[in-house]
Amino acid sequence: MREGAWFEGLQNPYRDDKVMAACGLFGVLDTSGRATGASDVVRAMANMHDRSNGLGGGFAVYGLYPDRADLYALHVMYMREEARPEAEAIIRGHFSIAQAEPVPTRPGARVSDPPDFWRYFVTPQNLDHQESSDDYVIQQVMRINTGVSGAFVFSSGKDMAVLKGVGYPEDIADYFRLDDYQGYMWVGHGRFPTNTPGWWGGAHPFNILDWTVVHNGEISSYGINVRHLEMFGYHCTMQTDTEVIAYAVDLLMRRHGLPVEVVADVLAPPFWSHLEREDEETQALHRALRQVYASLLMNGPFTIIIAHQGEMIGLTDRIRLRPLTAATKGERLFLSSEEASIRLVSPELDSVWTPIGGEPVVGRLGLSPREAPPELLALRPERIVQSTESVARTS
Amino acid sequence: MTMKTYLPPRFAIQRRDDRCIRCQVCVRQCSFGAQAYDAEDDVVIGYDDKCVACHRCVIFCPTQALTITNTPLDYRENFNWRPEAIEDITRQAETGGMLLTGMGDDKSQPIYWDRLLLNASQVTNPSIDPLREPMELRTYLGRKPDRVEVQPRTGQGGGVKLKTRIAPQVAIEAPMLFSAMSYGAVSLNVHESLARAAHEAGVLFNTGEGGLHPKLYRYGDNTIVQVASGRFGVHPEYLKAARVIEIKIGQGAKPGIGGHLPGEKVSVDVAATRMIPAGTDALSPAPQHDIYSIEDLSQLIYALKEATHYEKPVCVKIAAVHNSAAIASGMVRAGADIIALDGLRGSTGAAPKVIRDNVGIPIELAIAAVDTRLRQEGIRNQASLIAAGGFRGSADVIKAIALGADAVYIGTAALIALGCTVCQQCHTGRCAWGICTTDLALTKRINPEIGTRRLVNLLRGWSLEIQDMLGGMGINALESLRGNRDHLRGVGLTDSELAVLGVRLAGT
Amino acid sequence: MVSTPVVIDATGLHYSELNRSLRETVLGGQSRIEVRNVYGQRYIGTNLAGDVHLDIFGTPGNDLGAFMDGPSIAVHGNAQDGCGNTMNEGQIVVHGRAGDIAGLSARGGKVFIRDSVGYRVGIHMKEYESKRPCLVVGGTAQDFLGEYMAGGVLVVLGLNLQEGEPHRARFIGTGMHGGVIYLRGHVEAHQLGREVGVAELDTDDRATLEGLVSEFCRHFGQDEKAILGGRFTKLFPLYLRPYGRLYTY
Repeated sequence: MREGAWFEGLQNPYRDDKVMAACGLFGVLDTSGRATGASDVVRAMANMHDRSNGLGGGFAVYGLYPDRADLYALHVMYMREEARPEAEAIIRGHFSIAQAEPVPTRPGARVSDPPDFWRYFVTPQNLDHQESSDDYVIQQVMRINTGVSGAFVFSSGKDMAVLKGVGYPEDIADYFRLDDYQGYMWVGHGRFPTNTPGWWGGAHPFNILDWTVVHNGEISSYGINVRHLEMFGYHCTMQTDTEVIAYAVDLLMRRHGLPVEVVADVLAPPFWSHLEREDEETQALHRALRQVYASLLMNGPFTIIIAHQGEMIGLTDRIRLRPLTAATKGERLFLSSEEASIRLVSPELDSVWTPIGGEPVVGRLGLSPREAPPELLALRPERIVQSTESVARTS
Repeated sequence: MTMKTYLPPRFAIQRRDDRCIRCQVCVRQCSFGAQAYDAEDDVVIGYDDKCVACHRCVIFCPTQALTITNTPLDYRENFNWRPEAIEDITRQAETGGMLLTGMGDDKSQPIYWDRLLLNASQVTNPSIDPLREPMELRTYLGRKPDRVEVQPRTGQGGGVKLKTRIAPQVAIEAPMLFSAMSYGAVSLNVHESLARAAHEAGVLFNTGEGGLHPKLYRYGDNTIVQVASGRFGVHPEYLKAARVIEIKIGQGAKPGIGGHLPGEKVSVDVAATRMIPAGTDALSPAPQHDIYSIEDLSQLIYALKEATHYEKPVCVKIAAVHNSAAIASGMVRAGADIIALDGLRGSTGAAPKVIRDNVGIPIELAIAAVDTRLRQEGIRNQASLIAAGGFRGSADVIKAIALGADAVYIGTAALIALGCTVCQQCHTGRCAWGICTTDLALTKRINPEIGTRRLVNLLRGWSLEIQDMLGGMGINALESLRGNRDHLRGVGLTDSELAVLGVRLAGT
Repeated sequence: MVSTPVVIDATGLHYSELNRSLRETVLGGQSRIEVRNVYGQRYIGTNLAGDVHLDIFGTPGNDLGAFMDGPSIAVHGNAQDGCGNTMNEGQIVVHGRAGDIAGLSARGGKVFIRDSVGYRVGIHMKEYESKRPCLVVGGTAQDFLGEYMAGGVLVVLGLNLQEGEPHRARFIGTGMHGGVIYLRGHVEAHQLGREVGVAELDTDDRATLEGLVSEFCRHFGQDEKAILGGRFTKLFPLYLRPYGRLYTY
């Protein structure tokens, strides 16, 4: 039982440790930075309708606030009215607020019992000189999430937003007026949770700063992942195992400065029996990672898409128990639970493949998939077998 | 006949005369003098008062003519004044000494392992098939930093390599080590079996406080050498041979007191290894006389690290007592790389019975308390945690891991694998199985070839079971279960017990 | 006698609607159907039986032909996971790649995939007397190929590998206790499960292989001689009871 978890308004009446994340996910990054609308990601998610059960859907969009790009955009959901003044007092006490407004929503959308959604564009104030703004923001987010009953900051990065809740992804997109926004990177998720309705905070993506994570699977190591992260000041309040991935990535990539391939080797390390065949330097590195970060190994089936400004990363567990298809077309990189959704939004593809378990697919702003080294895309020999006859294809 | 004692025999030797072929194997096998052959009457006689129920004669009788039963003498029923309580007083009245015994606490304090149950994955998470898909049990013991730093790799291929220097780590292929049992308390053949089995299975064995016989130095890579209060056999070669050095502060069977190896067990060979005269009692003082406070412990830890050039992890072993969590925190900060916690049920070759059965706390609660406390202080990764004290099977082991232990020590279980039947006569030095004795006529009853095989089999059987249970939980690497209490549930426990264990009630 | 196929447009159809429509079409007497604009609809072919042929244009969803009993399906595009799952009879030809667990627990019939496949392909395939499922992959497979196979034939041709490039699959045939795998190209011992033996192909093997490669080439326009000229290895189960020493009674 975790601190700060049992508050009124929380819709987890069965007090499940965590809600399983069985679902569908999709991500698209335009590496040239070209901004596009929501229709591709929404159509892709709608096409995977049967992977969800209507109890959770959500999106992350990057690049949607270009004229406020250097302000932290805190998105907060309020489950009870009194929570807003309490939370805003904390925000006012630690930030200077350039703008505060309700998140635009569309009445009549097919979602159930939404809480109130507000967003605040802020700059940190009153930091100690040695504190980083990012750590400061995390502290205040944790303070609100554990301290203010019925308030949750669910997105806290710059020039990006998570918009999510209880409903099918396409309905959530409708509710949050996703078609009003433009972004160079979109991630979508539809959920199939196994507890009952109502907890808007339990939908994916999960977020801290500009990190977002969507997840298909269940983390069987969750109990120890949480306890390890707590030692570093992260508090899990969202009742969903996916939350630990967001914090683990923040710890490993932002605070410990590890490159993404190394982070993938922490979350999904290669087997000892395979490492024996590598050179000594490689073995020494992997041994050290597993010794030091043993409690951050993510066990259990998973496919995750991790995104932050400039990068989209797809990763599966080391025995590939959950599906992931990757594809490229021109400057765009796609990641999806099912290939059909990619084909729906881009019938012609330059390449399409299944990444190997534990090997990350990384898309970077400014690096076209055509120029990216194959290791970055985990693109192993999956070349088409050429036939001597032509094969008719229709879109 | 003179009555030497007011004590009735505990056991009765039952012999089926129609099966007894007078081969006298039982007479030769019994080391307690409970069997004798009367040539005149051509009959084998049993002396019930000498029988300790070690079953050696029962197993070796070629016609299965023998069995041992509990004393046929009935007392008036009394819940409070049970036979053992009555007889203990009788014994003390006869001798005026402390009652001595062997093995571990046999009383009825709660066994929490039997109240903890494990999870299995279904539907939302597939269980993993350990027979066909990889299942990793490897564990690294040692002090670990909070983070890893990398630097670019030189040469072709690019990528990164390790920059952080990590303190020495010891890999064990399964989370079970052989607990400290000293040469003198057990025989050299037992030590050899433990060493060879540890070597074959890729784990470690602990020399206990009696030093390491030179013929076992070749298994040094699989050896934990103990530096205990008697400092027996502690010399540079000993330290050099070891893989891990363990400072023994206490043990679960007798927290707070020293050790006493009776002179009968200090053979010529034992004397040579311990560097004391043959036939004297080998006395281990209660405290280590250079450790009277935590800073002294730190001093000894670093003395040993300096002596071994910082190449070996240093472990500190304590008995699980009331403030184990605070002590453990201190030990970690004092420089211990590994902490060994020995619980109430830990075994010994000899200890006062009253201390064995009344001092210390169950290991389950101790692991939970220490693990939680170290995490609260943010220092859990600075030392590995080994738990000891009465682990009976793979389920106990895996539950200990789930509570937070890195590995467990097994002592009694290892001896049972070699033939021990827990008759609690270790302190007499007359173990009929040849285990807890240095009498050369008895020690040859343990054949190290066979002993090694049996110990390796034990570890293999338990490892297979652990892999099956892990796979059932949807986990394929042991580190994902370590400290992961979500996979445990309690039954028949109070709210406070559940709170200390950090485990929920089954059904919630 | 090839009748003109009926064309069904799957645009916007849920899989239950599409499959119902297919079944009604078949029950109405049609035996050749073209399905166009397929984007992820599942279980296509599952509820059909008998002598029916489907041409699918697009990307069929998971469990294509699952439990299928008789029909033949051609996919003009890529297939997803579960292609031929527990298939009983029939044929699936994919002019592209397929995902994970193709042929899982298949009991009969044939599956031909032109390009590569994902994880656990051919897992627990079965066989009994004349019922012998066959699965042929033109490209490469990923880990756990043929995991605990109990019967059937798995062929992996590696046609998209460069000269000298080895297969990368690991844990091949782990738990295998029946059936056979014919692998074209190079694979190392450490990539194989403990229960797998390696051998040269004998005359019966070659006959089976030639038959399947011949069919493969007919579907995908490949050069049969060139393929058969490559180096083939036979992977077979070493034990009938691979886990005999596991339990103590």
